[in-house]
Amino acid sequence: MAAVDLMRFSAAIADGSVRVVDLTFTLSPDFPVIVLPPEFGQASPLRIEQISRYDAAGPAWYWNNITLSEHTGTHFDAPIHWFTGKDLPNNTVDTLPARDMIAPACVIDCSAQAAADADFLLTIDHVEAWEARHGRIPARNWVLLRTDWSKRSGRDYANLGEGGPHTPGPDAAVMRWLVEKRDILGFGTETIGTDAGQAAHLDPPYPAHHFLHGGGRYGLQCLRDLDQLPPTGAVIVATPLKIVNGSGSPVRVLALVGAGA
Amino acid sequence: MTEPLSPPRKRSPLNRTRLPSQPPAPRSRTSHGLTRAAAEGRFALQRCANCGEYAYPARDACPSCLSSDLPFVDAPSGGELVSETLVRVPADVYFRERAPWRIGLVKLDCGPVMVSHLHSDCIDGERVRMSLQLDKSGQAVAFARPQQNAPAMQDDRQWREMTADPKYRRVLVTNGRSAVGLATVDALLKAGARTVHVGVPENWKPFPEEERLRALPGVKLVPLDLGDERSVRDVAADIAGKTDILVNTAEFVRPGGLIDRQGASFFQMELAETYMGLVHLAQSFGPAMRMRGADGVDSAAAWVNVLSVYALANWTPFGAHSAAQAGCLSLSHCLRSELHPGGVKVMNVFTGPIDGEWFQTLPPPKVAPRAVAEAIVSGLRSGLEEVFVGDVAQDVRRRLAASPKALERELS
Repeated sequence: MAAVDLMRFSAAIADGSVRVVDLTFTLSPDFPVIVLPPEFGQASPLRIEQISRYDAAGPAWYWNNITLSEHTGTHFDAPIHWFTGKDLPNNTVDTLPARDMIAPACVIDCSAQAAADADFLLTIDHVEAWEARHGRIPARNWVLLRTDWSKRSGRDYANLGEGGPHTPGPDAAVMRWLVEKRDILGFGTETIGTDAGQAAHLDPPYPAHHFLHGGGRYGLQCLRDLDQLPPTGAVIVATPLKIVNGSGSPVRVLALVGAGA
Repeated sequence: MTEPLSPPRKRSPLNRTRLPSQPPAPRSRTSHGLTRAAAEGRFALQRCANCGEYAYPARDACPSCLSSDLPFVDAPSGGELVSETLVRVPADVYFRERAPWRIGLVKLDCGPVMVSHLHSDCIDGERVRMSLQLDKSGQAVAFARPQQNAPAMQDDRQWREMTADPKYRRVLVTNGRSAVGLATVDALLKAGARTVHVGVPENWKPFPEEERLRALPGVKLVPLDLGDERSVRDVAADIAGKTDILVNTAEFVRPGGLIDRQGASFFQMELAETYMGLVHLAQSFGPAMRMRGADGVDSAAAWVNVLSVYALANWTPFGAHSAAQAGCLSLSHCLRSELHPGGVKVMNVFTGPIDGEWFQTLPPPKVAPRAVAEAIVSGLRSGLEEVFVGDVAQDVRRRLAASPKALERELS
């Protein structure tokens, strides 16, 4: 039974009736990383050192060594990333259950609010209004915050100004509510973090990290093209690298969208 | 009077780029006492510790009393031009390409007679002031200039061979975000640089002086992350052949030694931004600069590294930083040797702690970024290899020369 369904599923991908949307930014050295005060340790941007390119260092082959942090580019946050999740079982990218890497998503469109206010904060009211139209968020779903922020690039994307980065994100109450009342699998954004740019000033600081990882849930950030997903019905495939004791991983995130969705 | 330099003309693709040639290089080991002085812009000669006679050229025994105790000491630089020769058809390729070339004999006030390159304003029988200069082989030679400064004196053809004057040259300053980088851009423009390309690391982050910088005539901003091989290559692809002077103002200062720093990520970052940055720059810009060392008025002329003086001796509170800088210093010596065939100088500018964010709690004396910038320009105009800016750098240099072991203990 399962085998038949999977063949039909792969045929649907092949004939385009299931669309595959790549939600991943190209991993490049000039892609912004999170900005912390310089006295703290920093996430490395991507660095590529060529090993050989059909030359004396390797006559027939081209390859590179790369350096990057676990949190560079489009990436996955595991619960151990935050202190609130540090003691949970299976809280690292090498131990989290593989089935969590494939799950449906609810996409909340806040692109208009984010365009009007870079510091826009998602609240419970916004989510309840969304539920009134699209139904209650099912358990173990990703909630993805669509802001169209991924249409921006470079400076506009990082949007650093007075007081640091100004990018949209969730407030504290909605994160707690999504984890405790909606039992979400994780939360994803188009910005550099799951949290808003000014989230250091919320209570608790960085509430998305705080509540998601404290509850054993995951984060996805630097997603792109969430505008191509329906509010419900898309399935997210996000498979972090199996880094031993890893707190996160650069990731290729795909969304599967059925015909008519 | 020296004819003022004319702005260089645009190159025609019909003409081959002339490859650099070098003046004769071999020197005795002893005579590198002169090289050392020339590198620092000092006029030094051997002086017999026994009888007090000055000696030139370098030798192993005093010509007057045969004592072998002949240390190099700073010497009075005045003298008189007693004869001059215009060499019209030299046998040596380097001089032949630059003929006619003017040399002369200078009778020094302190005794010896020197065979010397002559500034065009020097007149037979008149007073001159001597200096030791590094020629295109990187070796010390005597150079006579007239007693009085004159307009456009700096533009003298033979003098310009000994120096790396920024006038009419195109410069890359690798980091326009740093205070030193910004001050250097201003100083280079003031010194007559034709174009200053200014690297902007992490171009996605704004910085306060950007608008002012962008508005300066002759300044062009380029995104440039020294730690990123591709970024450096991309910039080099556009401008390596138009970079006559490269000023590497890479800066990554973080406190801490070995044991008291948590983890290794800062070590990696400081190596990526400084040591690897120099590797990337050298591999991307070095080849083009080396082949353009004789390419007219705006030939490739110099590579400048701004280094912490603690590259020479580890300063524990910034111990890891010192070590990364020491790595850069060692690379710079390799680079200097590799750029010699092109006649491109490598000048290291050693500074003490710079007056800025990372040395905030340190008491004075600290080095003003502007002082570093001015030292870079005056070092280029004088053709130096080693420049020590400010009291701390001078002090470290002196103490190192006197006793490396004592300095090690004192800095810990």
